[in-house]
Order: sequence, then structure tokens, then C-alpha cells
Amino acid sequence: MKKALTILLIALVAVSSVFAQGGSESSSKTEVYFMNFKPEIADVYTNVIEPAFEAAYPQYDLKVVTAASNQYQQTLRSELTKSNPPTIFQVNGPVGIAENATTVAPLQDTDFYNLLADKTMALSLDGNVVAIPYAVEGYGIIYNDAIMRKYFALPDKAVSISSAEEINNFETLKAVVEDMSKHLDELGIQGVFASTSFMPGAEWRWTTHLVNPALVAEFGDLATSSSAATFDFVASENFKNLFDLYLNNSITAKGMVGSKADADSMAEFALGQVAMVQNGNWAAAQILGTAGNTVADEDIKFLPLYMGIEGEENKGLCIGTENYLAFNKNASPEALEGADTFLTWLFSSEEGKEIVASQLMFITPFSSFSPEEAPDDPLARQVNIWMNKDGVTAVPWVFGGIPSEQWKADFAQAMLEYINGRYTWDQVTAAAQDAWAREASLTGR
Amino acid sequence: MEKSLRKYFPLFALPALICFTLSFLIPMVWGFVLSFCEFATITDATFVGFDNYIKAFTIDNYFTQAFWFTLGFTVITVITINILAFTLALILTKNVPGTNAFRTVFFMPNLIGGIVLGWIWQVVLNGVLAGFEQTLLSDAKYGFWGLVILMNWQNVGYMMVIYIAAIQNISTDMLEAAAIDGANGKTTLFKIIIPSVMPSITICLFLTMTNGFKLYDQNLALTNGAPNHQTEMLALNIFNTFYSRVGFEGVGQAKAVIFTILVAAIALVQLVATRSKEVEN
Repeated sequence: MKKALTILLIALVAVSSVFAQGGSESSSKTEVYFMNFKPEIADVYTNVIEPAFEAAYPQYDLKVVTAASNQYQQTLRSELTKSNPPTIFQVNGPVGIAENATTVAPLQDTDFYNLLADKTMALSLDGNVVAIPYAVEGYGIIYNDAIMRKYFALPDKAVSISSAEEINNFETLKAVVEDMSKHLDELGIQGVFASTSFMPGAEWRWTTHLVNPALVAEFGDLATSSSAATFDFVASENFKNLFDLYLNNSITAKGMVGSKADADSMAEFALGQVAMVQNGNWAAAQILGTAGNTVADEDIKFLPLYMGIEGEENKGLCIGTENYLAFNKNASPEALEGADTFLTWLFSSEEGKEIVASQLMFITPFSSFSPEEAPDDPLARQVNIWMNKDGVTAVPWVFGGIPSEQWKADFAQAMLEYINGRYTWDQVTAAAQDAWAREASLTGR
Repeated sequence: MEKSLRKYFPLFALPALICFTLSFLIPMVWGFVLSFCEFATITDATFVGFDNYIKAFTIDNYFTQAFWFTLGFTVITVITINILAFTLALILTKNVPGTNAFRTVFFMPNLIGGIVLGWIWQVVLNGVLAGFEQTLLSDAKYGFWGLVILMNWQNVGYMMVIYIAAIQNISTDMLEAAAIDGANGKTTLFKIIIPSVMPSITICLFLTMTNGFKLYDQNLALTNGAPNHQTEMLALNIFNTFYSRVGFEGVGQAKAVIFTILVAAIALVQLVATRSKEVEN
């Protein structure tokens, strides 16, 4: 009896181990593993792109995994250690490349790199091209033109200009916004600006995007900001100008910003409770997708981030990218070839381009796209208009040169202390400077 | 019986032993090794000696700050949770109508996960503070007391169940004898009930203390350390260290090792101290 039991047990263990083995790959297809950064379009990858690509190239098995919002680096790090690591992954700029310096593969010989219209946009490491941008984005202050028209039609308005498009510096913006705050009831809004979101995890609009013009004023370009050992924050007062304007003319009282997420801000804008919100063209889906959205497509427009920096009359939106794709050099040669095939297919075949423009809604930097093939949401159209405006140059994205996530966190916390009234602005400036020096030295600059 | 038990013991213990080795022993040893290494992924570690341990304290003071915050939080919650739980247990063993319903209600918060609890209480507390135009992030003290309230709400029910079981186990002979000898309620409580439930007190103190030290999800969801790292607890600080900078994985790992040793040491001291007060029933 006992012997029978033993045999049974051993048999059970043996059988279960066989089943445990059963899950592994048995097909002869080459797996191309793409780790997607953007959760908002995860469904497009799994429902549309996967089947379409596998139908076009049956020898490949495309696997797309999307990391949860704000969890990409963590997920990527653990995925890279697995025996079946991602073939294609996203890096957010020079800092991201430094983080994955041992993983990124050279890309200069790929077809995908050849598609890139402006080759200087790609990022290099030790003489090799290792990251290629795939989507260009623009951000600024999004405004609701219907409310602005209502304001400019007021008989007792305090400014001489007559449309939002005439705003071209901080002085005018401030005059308009502060006067609008006096006419909230007539305009039917509860505040000029949407909430300055400071809920944990929702500070990114200030720690990266809003600080960008100040970084540009100091460093000029991404290469300089990525190698800067110190940050003097010379445009600190300018940053404060706009930040204070947001806070003092907001729908949300200063003490309450800690309970607001960026999604709340976008909802306030979509519901017509506010006239302006700082965000980028990726937020189009958020505005249009809000239930009860009252903003007409043609009324969604952009203003640049005016904060009193010299020459800002000739500056446009902040246009650039932090979306770069890199290949994993530890993947098999077949998988790397598959990765190249996949991306080339996605960004240059008719079928792929159609998906990119209409469903992924990317403004791409690739020569395979004609201007007519750009996405058609109101904010993407606005980005295109601003990019081609006469006498206006776009502000590049240089916040990719911020030395570490810790800097963003420290800066955000200093701003929150300022809002809560426990820091003076000088302390915020000092915190930004100190944290930069510390983080830059830690990253070996 | 004895003989066959000895004979088959290895066979039956084997599956559990394998699981324990794979999922606990190996990661723990490897984690300890990694704390002396610089690494991005666990397979490409290079030895750097005590560098990580030095960096853990010298780069910023958030770790020590988190330690004091955690200590303060743990002391307060250990006291409040146990007093509340014990009081509830006393009341609910006194034939109050609806005892079972109350026990269930008090126990239920324990079934909700930490992250969800954190969000729920964030909404509740922000709702209350909104009346004063403040939020949980306006001041570190809100975050601190918010966490204390949350922790109590979650843990009181669980500890209460342990205390109820212990109180019900006290032999009625003893209580009757005390009553006949003329002991009043206070004397009965301090001379009979508390000494008799000492083993449960040991368990509850141990549980609440380690829970307090290890608190992570609730901290993450409620305040995420804001404002300015002032409500950041040890576990959250370790996580943030690991991911917020390039090349700081080892430092996070070193902090984790320090954390483990610290919690183990404190828990052991506490265990020995309360064990000595236990009496045999």
C-alpha cells in the first residue's frame, strides 16, 4: 500500500513537471517582442497591429506587452533579465540610453533608420545609432477658443487685443488671464486654468514640460542639457511667473492641488469649466473621450508657454520627442531582423501607415509619411500649424537631459512646499540647483 | 507509525522545502550578495564592497528620516491598535446583542488590499480636509495621522479576533473563583484576563509591529511620501531608491538588507520581552 502511494506520488510529480514544460514554445516562428510604452494605445497594438503584421509576415510571431502607466522602467528592467527579453523597447532620451547602455543595439544599418527623415534626431552611443524617435509631440497651453471669443467680446475687457491668437508674450497672457478671472461668471467658467495637479504621480506636467523653456533658455539643446553638471535655473523667475499664474487663476484653491490628478485637469477643460490647461497633443483623446465634453473640435487650440523669456514672441510650441525605440542587442539575430521588418512595415507600408495615422495618432518623423497622412485630431492639426507658422520657431524638448527621476521628484516636492507656503521661491530654486548638481555628479557628468 | 513517519518525512517535506528554497532562501541569499554589488539586472552584478551601504546614508538623509517616521508611526499604531482591539474584544465577549455581526463588521476591512484601502482613505480624508482647503499633501502631519487612522481601521479587526479567541479560552472556573473572592472588574482584568492572554498579546504586538515597519502599499497609495519625503516610510524609500536613479539598484538593495536586520532585531527583542511575561494556563 505504502509503496503504491509512493509510486503514485512520484508519478504525480513527474506528470506535473511534464505539464509545466508544456507551456514553452514549440512553433518555428520567430518571436518579436515589443514592449510598448503608451498604455492609451495598447489595444491598437494587440487588436489591430498584431493580426495585421502576422498576416503580412507569417514567419513572425509579434508579442506586444504594455507596461502600466508610470511603470515602464520598472517593468522593462525585470523583463530584460528574463530568458525571453523584449526585442524592441522604448527609451526616453539620452538618460534612458545611459540606463540601458549594455542592452541597446546599433541601428545604423537597419531599414527602420533609413526611414527617418532627419537623421540628426536619432540618438547615438559610442558612435553607433542606438535609438530612433517614432513620434513627434507638441505641447503648450491648450485653450478653449469659444470661451476666449466670449471674453474678447466683453465690453469691459481690460486688454486691447481682440483674439487669443494675438497673445504672444507673458505680459499679454497675464493681463488676459487676470482680467478673465474677474469675469468668471460672465464667461461661465470656474477658473481660467485647470487644476495644477500635484497628486502623487501627477506632477510631470511641471517637472518636465513647464521647466523645459527654462532649460532651453539655459542650455539651448538636448546635448548640452544632457551633459550639464550644474543647473543655475537662470530662468527661475520666468518659471515662477507662469507657475504662479496657473496657481492664482485656477479652478482649484492652492491648498487643494494635492488631490488633483492630470486626468482631473483634462476633464475640467473638456467639461468647459476652465478656459486653459497645459498639456500636449497626446491629450486629445482624453478631451474628446470625456463624457459630456462641451468643447468643439475647432475650438481646441494651442498657445506656447509664455513666461517672460526674451524673444518668446518668436517661439512656438515645445515640439520634440521622448519616444525613442531601441533594439535589444542580446536578442537573437532573427528576432532583430524581425524587429526591423516589423517597424519598417508599420511605418512605411500602406497598411501600417494607415494604422499609425488613424489609430495610433502619431505625428511621425519618417520620410515615408506625406503631410496629408498626419493624424487628424484637433491638437495634432494645431501642432502642424504651429510647426509651419512663419517667423516662429519651435522650442526643442531638452528635458530629456534631466539627470535622473530623483531630480524631478525633488523639484516637484519643493514646488509643493512652495504651494503649501512653507518654502519661498528662492528655496525652490535652490532645491532645483542642489538636486541637479547632486544627481549630475551621481550619473558621472 | 513513528518509524514510517521518519521514513517518509523527507518525501513529504520535499515539495515545501523546494518551494521554500526557490522562493525564499535563494532570493534572500542572492539579495544579500547583491547589496554589495552594482547592478542593473541581477545577472550582471559587479562587486563594489561597502559602497552601497555608505551611499545609503550619505547621498541624502531620506533613509534616516524615513526611519524616524516609521518608528514613530509604528510606536503609535502598536499602542492604538492593540488597545482598541483589546477593548473591542472585551466588549464583544460580554454577550452584547449582535456580537457576531459586530465581529464580522470589524474584521471586514482586513479583507481589502492595501492599495485599495489607501485610495479609499485618500478620498475620505481629502474630502474631510477639503472643508479647510487642505489636502493630505498640505502638511506631513495629515499624512502621518491619516496613515495611523488607516492602519487602525485595517488591523483592529484582525487583532480583535485573536484577542477574542484568547479571552474565550480563559477557564470560567478561574473567573468564578475570582468573583467569589470578591475581585472587582479592574482586578479581574489586570490579574486574570491580561496575564492569561499574554501569548496573544505577544502575537498581536509582534504582528502590529512588523506590519508597521513593513508598511508599503498604504503609504504608496495614501501620500507616496509627499510632501517632500516627509511621509516616506522605509519600504517606500527602498523602492524609490531602487528605481529613481541609474545605478542605484545596489543602494536600494543595501537599504533593504539594513531594513531586514533592523526589523528582525527589534522584533526579536520585543518577542523575548513579552515571552518572559507569559504564564502557563
